[in-house]
Amino acid sequence: MIRKIWKNLIIIGILLFLYLPIMILAVYSFTDAANIGAVRGFSLHNYVTLFTTPELVNMIVGTLLLALGASVIATILGTLGAIGAFYSKKGAASVIMTMNQVPVVNADVVTGFSICILLVVVLGISKDTYIPLVAGHVTLCAPFVFLSVIPKLKQMDSSIYEAALDLGATPFTALVRIVIPQILPGIVSGFALAITLSLDDYFVATYTKPATFDTISTYVVNATKGAQTNIKTALWALSTVIFLAVVLFTVVMTVRAGKEQKERNGA
Amino acid sequence: MEDKTNIIELKHITKTYEDGFSAVSDLNLEVKRGEFITFLGPSGCGKTTTLRMIAGFDVPTEGEILLNGKPITELPPNKRPVNTVFQRYALFPHMNIYENIAFGLKQKKMPEHVIAKKVRKVLELVDLEGFEKRRIDTLSGGQQQRVAIARAVVNEPEILLLDEPLGALDLKMRKEMQLELKEMHRELGITFIYVTHDQEEALTMSDKIVVMSEGKMQQIGTPEDIYNEPINAFVADFIGESNIFNGIMTGELKARFCGGEFVCVDDVKEGTHITAVVRPEDVILTAPEKGIIRGNVTSVIFKGIHYEITVESGKNEIVAQSVNSAVPGERVGVYVEPDNIHIMIAEDNTNIFDGEINKNYELEYNGRVLDVSLTDIIKGSRMSEDGTLLDAGGSEIDIEKVKIKISIQPQSIELTDDQEEGLVQGCISNMIYKGDHYSYVIHTDLEQDFVVDDEYLWNMEDQVGLVMPVEKMKFKVKR
Repeated sequence: MIRKIWKNLIIIGILLFLYLPIMILAVYSFTDAANIGAVRGFSLHNYVTLFTTPELVNMIVGTLLLALGASVIATILGTLGAIGAFYSKKGAASVIMTMNQVPVVNADVVTGFSICILLVVVLGISKDTYIPLVAGHVTLCAPFVFLSVIPKLKQMDSSIYEAALDLGATPFTALVRIVIPQILPGIVSGFALAITLSLDDYFVATYTKPATFDTISTYVVNATKGAQTNIKTALWALSTVIFLAVVLFTVVMTVRAGKEQKERNGA
Repeated sequence: MEDKTNIIELKHITKTYEDGFSAVSDLNLEVKRGEFITFLGPSGCGKTTTLRMIAGFDVPTEGEILLNGKPITELPPNKRPVNTVFQRYALFPHMNIYENIAFGLKQKKMPEHVIAKKVRKVLELVDLEGFEKRRIDTLSGGQQQRVAIARAVVNEPEILLLDEPLGALDLKMRKEMQLELKEMHRELGITFIYVTHDQEEALTMSDKIVVMSEGKMQQIGTPEDIYNEPINAFVADFIGESNIFNGIMTGELKARFCGGEFVCVDDVKEGTHITAVVRPEDVILTAPEKGIIRGNVTSVIFKGIHYEITVESGKNEIVAQSVNSAVPGERVGVYVEPDNIHIMIAEDNTNIFDGEINKNYELEYNGRVLDVSLTDIIKGSRMSEDGTLLDAGGSEIDIEKVKIKISIQPQSIELTDDQEEGLVQGCISNMIYKGDHYSYVIHTDLEQDFVVDDEYLWNMEDQVGLVMPVEKMKFKVKR
């Protein structure tokens, strides 16, 4: 009995440790407090500021567009890479897979810095074209897409591609109609991973973004250094919104996965 | 069936992989229109590779494939009028049954109502009417296999390729499907090329069987031919159960093997070494005095429709199938009708390998010096005073240009557990029981195959040393 209580206490403790910080932020985002500590009263002004200040709105929309664009490109490249590696000869495939591991493990700061050097310094592409920024985020995300697609390919019965060719499909049709649907769950989770990676990124963006553009990460870092109190508290609201979005997304995914599992078991 | 032109011809087909492994070597084959032909062989014999080359998934390294007389060697699979039923079905899991079967027709841009009609018809053929909307994962293995067959035949291919399609089914289902496939072949009238390692399946279904081993065709013929007149010990051993004995022809239509003289119907010259094959069901157990040879029953196993009785006669073991039981220890006679003895001229199993001459003019193999003098091997040669080898004419022999071929008979080699004791080491890659001894194939560490006859039982994959007495070797000089 005592052991059971201890077990539960430890679990609750750990969960608190994980969730308390964001909870505090969430609670304060609904107050008119300027600093953590003094609670005065309920207020939505942080949310009003967040969604009415053009600077903040632009920054959020820009970040989302960047995440979406970079993720789409990274998903296409990562998926094609995975399919290519999977159908390559053994030696070539293991070389590709090993080479894919390096950027995954590599520090973001190195990735960002080296892309900056290559594109901006060596090739002379202006940061204002957004090309270095998008390229940086694609580089960041594509290896993770590759990693989430490969297991799905390995689970797939590899002869279905040959079966499609055998039935008269061109290699392209076989890929689009047969292989892609089979690995779609891997592609989707790779895409979701790419979105979060891009949203999370600070280092690559600092090195490659145009001077006038900010992602949420770079903006938050700058803003917390600055003194503009209403912007700072608006960021509490932003954190809460992001957190809630993530919770919603996770719950929806879990419920859907559970349903699918049930359907399969029921059949 | 009436049209007897060749639908497909394989000419000198060789498939060698990058690592040097030859899956198929110099295969020649003609398949007639409408035939049911089966590639039969153990795993790794090249049967599936051959099928894949006909389907277009693999391209042969050498040789040509002709379809209706036109070369299709490098034509991609989607351009060939050939469809495949895959070993593990390879159905598209995200599509329902209708969509699976319609896939090939859709690629041909057929109008939807024609597709619907054809799908319905083919579902009738495979007894799955009304299954259109079902998902693949709701079907049993046998039903999935039917869908796979339907998906292939709905395209009306000129040739249907089947790669061990029944391998994943249970025995009862397999037997049922065998008959159904045979029936389907008759109904559709298209050419079936079937791959299996199951000899019974091959015998039941085929018009013609191609027995393959190690990438080579061993024998081609009707099931009856293959069963009754196997061309070599491999085929005899692989097709059905067999008693295989080494022997010798002792007179006109008389052969001596297994410790007795049998009358046979194969006219082979007296004195020829032979391999005799007797099927267990043709071995007749009699009273001791009525048999050609006599022996003791060592084991009796009930097999449902017959008893499998093992008789030991001298050093030989004979397996018989009989509806009458016997008692272990009982003394019996063994009789075989002349018609039921199949005589094959013995394969020449002489082992030949290359020796090397080292700097001291000694013969070496596998880094070991053989106790034999080069001057004895090379006729008329002698050693000069300064230690070089001179030929009969007195001029120096360039040892780089001389090759010594060493040959030794299978029965002259001894197997040993002590690998260092052997001249060369290897592992047992094949074995056939031949009545009073086993014939082993040993794949040596020097990548050569040796045939060794030994009366002791070794296991497959055993690592052994090969003891080869020098006095049993024969040497041949090649320049």
